[in-house]
Amino acid sequence: MDTQTDSLITDLAAGLEPVQRLRPPAVRALGWLTVVGVLSLAAILRYSDLHVFWQRVAVPRVAVECIATALTGIAAVFAAFELSIPGRSARWSLLPVPPFLLWLAASGLGCLANGFGHGVGESLHCFVFIAGASVPLAASLTWMLRRAGPIMAPLAVAGVGALGAAAIAAFVLQFFHPFDVTVIDLALHLAAVAVVMAVLTSFRRPLLGG
Amino acid sequence: MQPDGESEERARAWAQLMRSAQAGDRPAYERLLREITPFVRALARRRCTGPHDAEEIVQDTLLTVHRVRHTYDPERPFMPWLAAIAQRRGIDALRRRRRVERHEVHGTDPDGPGSGPEAPAHPDETFAEAGTNEEQVDRLRAAQQVGRLLERLPARQREAVESLKLKEMSLAEASAASGQSVGALKVNVHRAVKTLRRLFQEQK
Repeated sequence: MDTQTDSLITDLAAGLEPVQRLRPPAVRALGWLTVVGVLSLAAILRYSDLHVFWQRVAVPRVAVECIATALTGIAAVFAAFELSIPGRSARWSLLPVPPFLLWLAASGLGCLANGFGHGVGESLHCFVFIAGASVPLAASLTWMLRRAGPIMAPLAVAGVGALGAAAIAAFVLQFFHPFDVTVIDLALHLAAVAVVMAVLTSFRRPLLGG
Repeated sequence: MQPDGESEERARAWAQLMRSAQAGDRPAYERLLREITPFVRALARRRCTGPHDAEEIVQDTLLTVHRVRHTYDPERPFMPWLAAIAQRRGIDALRRRRRVERHEVHGTDPDGPGSGPEAPAHPDETFAEAGTNEEQVDRLRAAQQVGRLLERLPARQREAVESLKLKEMSLAEASAASGQSVGALKVNVHRAVKTLRRLFQEQK
């Protein structure tokens, strides 16, 4: 055996300390989602007009859109925690795809009903909301994912994690969004998600230490 | 190719050793690291040309195994966990080599961002006295880097540095051991320091 490798092994073994095993990724994901859920609920109860929201959600298509947004976020967060552990199947990154497609379909139907929209103005607020709310979500998510040490699949984790943060931000936005989705709306929502994903994947190495 | 039963048994044995290692069992850990090394080396050799490069990947993999050992779930198979680490370090080595080739700098070893500190280990520290897990790994990483840089020195310069500065021989002892005159030794140490300084600068 190579002598450098040999002495490295001796040194690693000599300095070995017991470690506390990470809890299963699903459990950690649930923990993060619970905290985010409680904080979001508090903000929603405090600041949003729930009457308007319940009226909107009475329309089945809108209800599906909301649920699909939430499911996309939840699935993506679970996938990110799973993928942060070495050796987990890459197929986890497919988990958020079905709810995301459902989100697109439901929103798309809404666009068909509501048309293009009246200009970018209001929708720009949505872009800013999603991008802005994604920051603390992504930051706290990154902090938790880093407990797994350097990430072996940084691109997958950053991409899926970013989708999770952005989708959850988009879901919370629904409670502050007094109008139905238009093409411009949808385009800007998706653009916000894309921007969050692009930023996090670009910085995946310094963030996740892979 | 090994029959499935044998490799399954081996994988289970390694899983057990890692479980013990997580609890702090040093002999079990040393045995595990030694046993997985040939497997990791075989994986590394698939990715690179020289045995020198392969050994670098092996060492990076072992260091990473050490750093992320808290992520291994003993209820799950060991091999995918280990293979994922080895694969990532192999990819990193490939990226490093491509970066070196792109910049046409001969004989440097630029580590990517986020892969460890640049400063050499303090010569008086021994690894067994390491502090936290992180500190121990960082020191070992730094020592690995210094070791690699030393190997890139011309033979006479490396010899001079090793005998005078690392083994701390007297000039007379070093001269007798290396066959270099005292004057040549002094000149070679001076040149070695200059070369090392240049190599460190090129890494940044």
